[in-house]
Amino acid sequence: MDYALQFDLTSDDWMMLLNGAWRTIVFSIGGMLAGLAVGILCAIWRVSGHPILKVIAGCYVEFIRNTPILVQLFLIYFGLPTLGIRLSADTAAMIALVFNFGAYAAEIVRAGIEAMPRGQIEAAQSLGMTRWEIYRYIVILPAIERVYPSLASQFTLLMLGSAIISAIGASELTAAANSVQAQNFRSFEVYLITGGMYLVLTLAMRFVFSSAALLLFPRRRVIGVATLEAA
Amino acid sequence: MREFSFLDFWQLVQAAEWTIILSILAFVGGGLVGVLITLMRISRVAIVRRIAQGYILVLQGTPLLIQIFLAYFGLALLGVDMPPIVAAGVALTAYASAFFGEIWRGAVESIPKPQWEGSASLGLTRFEQIRYVIAPQALRIALPPTVGFAVQIIKNTSLAAIIGLTEITRVAQFINNVLIDPIMIFGVAAAIYFVLCFPLSVLSRYFERRLHVDRPSFKSF
Repeated sequence: MDYALQFDLTSDDWMMLLNGAWRTIVFSIGGMLAGLAVGILCAIWRVSGHPILKVIAGCYVEFIRNTPILVQLFLIYFGLPTLGIRLSADTAAMIALVFNFGAYAAEIVRAGIEAMPRGQIEAAQSLGMTRWEIYRYIVILPAIERVYPSLASQFTLLMLGSAIISAIGASELTAAANSVQAQNFRSFEVYLITGGMYLVLTLAMRFVFSSAALLLFPRRRVIGVATLEAA
Repeated sequence: MREFSFLDFWQLVQAAEWTIILSILAFVGGGLVGVLITLMRISRVAIVRRIAQGYILVLQGTPLLIQIFLAYFGLALLGVDMPPIVAAGVALTAYASAFFGEIWRGAVESIPKPQWEGSASLGLTRFEQIRYVIAPQALRIALPPTVGFAVQIIKNTSLAAIIGLTEITRVAQFINNVLIDPIMIFGVAAAIYFVLCFPLSVLSRYFERRLHVDRPSFKSF
């Protein structure tokens, strides 16, 4: 083997990759926020909804979790236009990510809800809280707090999984890498650099999530401070 | 124009052969390397633990698609013209081994410390401790997530379509290029994946439940 690796990309190439990384962040965060909303709704349907809603949410979750996201993406990107709904690659990719993450989030949030002691709801009812207040303060927020680490690692999987949307040409990091390597024929080097960029994104996201936990959940902050003082 | 026929359906079913071969390759290969990674991860030598940790970090911190591309173009750089199944097999094996390493380490660490101490006090060597005391207990705990991860492997083999392996997704693309009936064709492809994955998902949940028989269940309100 007498091949020397060459990592000398032009500044245009770097700009494309960095722009792609930014797009990946946008796709991931958009997919997470909208997906989380879908997931919470499904989780509520599955634990306390009408029997029909239960079945709908169950079928949706099982379908998404037992088929590849690539096939889901093709179904949306190629399938919806045949029904008269025209989509750009980016829109189709976003829809696929939202509904994919939604199904995983639904299962995680449901686990969080199911771990709640029943007495808490009875206590809330006896305090005269409305149904909406009970859902908000007793069911959903504590459930999310409980499963926060799982949601965070699922989010990392979403971000890494978003590489797949390059298959339909949505503009993100892997798609940028595809076009860069198509121009300079340094495929291995370009994908190595891209992999490194994903790794940086993953580590950065982990940091953001563990910091955000302290801001979002005051109780955890108190516990964290207490353990720090004890240590 | 030709309609989607039984012949097309049958082609998709036959393409499942490659999906299954690649899945088994990744599961077995990933399992074997995964055992090694687990052992390295619980090693008493710090540097060995660090190496395994770095391996897991890199493979869990980068997309599988990039890993497949690197295997595909990396093997080509070595001057050998490999069929896509080799590149996909290598990448999926590495990917699965990192996840197995992490899953199984968790299982090993959930075994109470006195089990290690008790077996050591009986004069067992470290290998005997792991072989006769720790592993049998850890396996029970590791079973549900291991089966669950098999589902991830099957689904992830679809990425091999992007480097040209003619498995289910790739064949579906071929057929769709001719017939242009995406909802039907990708719907059937999804159904085949579902048939492969769903029983494993159910099995994983069954093992999970059997592990926590005493867990109180939530009643809806």
